[in-house]
Amino acid sequence: MPVQKLPLAKAINESLRTALDTDPKVLIMGEDVGKLGGVFRVTDGLQKDFGEERVIDTPLAESGIVGTAIGLALRGYRPVVEIQFDGFVFPAYDQIVTQLAKMHARSLGKIKMPVVIRIPYGGGIGAVEHHSESPEALFAHVAGLKIVSPSNSSDAYWMMQQAIQSDDPVIFFEPKRRYWDKSEVDTEAIPGPLHTARVVREGSDITLAAYGPMVKVCVEAAAAAAEEGKSLEVLDLRSMSPIDFDAIQTSVEKTRRLVVVHEAPVFYGSGAEIAARITERCFYHLEAPVLRVGGFHAPYPPARLEEEYLPGLDRVLDAVDRSLAY
Amino acid sequence: MTVESTAARKPRRSSTKRVSAKKPQRSEPELVQLLTPEGERVEHPDYSIDLTPDELLGLYRDMVLTRRFDAEATSLQRQGELGLWASLLGQEAAQIGSARALRDDDYVFPTYREHGVAWCRGVDPTNLLGMFRGVNHGGWDPSTNNFHLYTIVIGSQTLHATGYAMGVAKDGADSAVVAYFGDGASSQGDVAESFTFSAVYNAPVVFFCQNNQWAISEPTERQTRVPLYQRAQGFGFPGVRVDGNDVLACLAVTRDALERARRGEGPTLVEAFTYRMGAHTTSDDPTKYRADEEREAWEAKDPILRLRTYLEKEGFADAAFFDGLETESESLGRRVREAVRAMPDPDQMAIFENVYADGHALVDEERAQFAAYQASFAEEGK
Repeated sequence: MPVQKLPLAKAINESLRTALDTDPKVLIMGEDVGKLGGVFRVTDGLQKDFGEERVIDTPLAESGIVGTAIGLALRGYRPVVEIQFDGFVFPAYDQIVTQLAKMHARSLGKIKMPVVIRIPYGGGIGAVEHHSESPEALFAHVAGLKIVSPSNSSDAYWMMQQAIQSDDPVIFFEPKRRYWDKSEVDTEAIPGPLHTARVVREGSDITLAAYGPMVKVCVEAAAAAAEEGKSLEVLDLRSMSPIDFDAIQTSVEKTRRLVVVHEAPVFYGSGAEIAARITERCFYHLEAPVLRVGGFHAPYPPARLEEEYLPGLDRVLDAVDRSLAY
Repeated sequence: MTVESTAARKPRRSSTKRVSAKKPQRSEPELVQLLTPEGERVEHPDYSIDLTPDELLGLYRDMVLTRRFDAEATSLQRQGELGLWASLLGQEAAQIGSARALRDDDYVFPTYREHGVAWCRGVDPTNLLGMFRGVNHGGWDPSTNNFHLYTIVIGSQTLHATGYAMGVAKDGADSAVVAYFGDGASSQGDVAESFTFSAVYNAPVVFFCQNNQWAISEPTERQTRVPLYQRAQGFGFPGVRVDGNDVLACLAVTRDALERARRGEGPTLVEAFTYRMGAHTTSDDPTKYRADEEREAWEAKDPILRLRTYLEKEGFADAAFFDGLETESESLGRRVREAVRAMPDPDQMAIFENVYADGHALVDEERAQFAAYQASFAEEGK
């Protein structure tokens, strides 16, 4: 059945299954991805069906996981590795930024690095520290990496297919608090390009640009604002490197106002990059400065405080009001 | 070959001369040796080797030409033609011996000092100089010679080697992989993780550690409290220490480790006990941290001299051979010198090439902006 309503986690599972099925060079690697199916069960059942040689439980060593994936890619494999949580990626950071990202350039294009690194990221699930972070900007700053994040099940399915088929390393940030949200997936649809933004909701007064877990918040904010007679356009960026600036520009030239929303700290974040570039591109169209809504320059707080830390409906609407006040 | 049996063994040479059985001195470690510093051929119970005179001459030629290439590169750095050079002086036997044990279908992951290994793999030595001249980050296609690009970050490549070896095993191939690294790298977490992964997955990888005694200014004692080859035991695979200035022993021990890997018996750690006679790189000053006497003591163990002594003693080589090799060395030096000076600077637009395999909108945008910016000067100049 090509069209099904699936939770986002299950859509990724189906996508990985399709990839394992169609390409014998695809491998799944990570801590607990085999028998357990991953701590979020994203790889559930894959080892049972494809065996321990294709779905590989690894030692508990993130640098080792990424470093050996690089070696496997050099041998012609297409590894899809799981980092168990966002805050655990840093032991692998060296391998990702000094090795994985640069191998293609260093070899003058001779080496391809078709490695996907899956990272469940972001907060909102009441976890302990190091389990709720949004480190995407730290990766987007590095040339050679591509960074994407789906916000719904259809994108989760198709963006994973495209990430695996890419000859570039892709960091695939999975919005963990949306893992259980269900939406339709058409496994026979023809997807758009991986790095294009999508208009989720059309509007005329202001553009909200978001990705991953924040898209849902922005859609809810737009619905709430509509009741007050404000028309908000919501863009799902889908990709943080590259960023589809053309799509943002098109929207901003229409609405003349932009608010960027993400969970990551605002300081040096992707919102800063978007604000700077859209100011350059759309200076004479803008009626207000580009505003950002996101996390604070503070460690991700204990779970009992994350509701205050994470941008919610009210903080987004407050930024909308501030923008419209100019 | 187990760690225990290695540790229990004494070098044959010292077993005849030894006056005391007390703990080994750092200058006389327990190691596998087949050719003494005096050029005496000795036997070892676990590592026999039987080479034809031609094969011995081949090893000698490899070492001499590698040293000549290395000396030329050092000179070129002093003349300002190269930005930096990492000399292998003193490590020729470790590199040539280990690399000549390899088959063509084996795969090598080097550091940035494996010029002798590159030589044996058939990588043109002039290709090694591009990164040191600053025209690229590695000027060869790794798949042509199964010789990966030099890796600057210490120890990273040991994980790549392990992953590659895991792939070899998955493919059902019987080739093997060698990861080169130094005593300094042995302190890196990646090296420990590569030991763990290779042991757990029984990967056909040989870890070839050239313990050249110094990690820039830090001695091996700053990296480890146990002999490095003994590390392997804790990970569940054998480790062996070999005289790194003895090309025959390096060949025999690496060959044994490779065969073990091919048989599906997993990784081996080889510690080649050797000495970096020069500086870490040309930007380093070893006189600030080590004594002249130390270098002099190691010069007496020179890998090339000892093989020459043996070849002459056995009558395997005559003056014509050594003269011919001298001519070949000079010709190699000249070729390298001319090739470096003829190396063109890369095109300025190369900055934007090969950042991504599938392209990237930002790179395209910045490439176009930079091209327009550069073109604006050309227009002004008209």
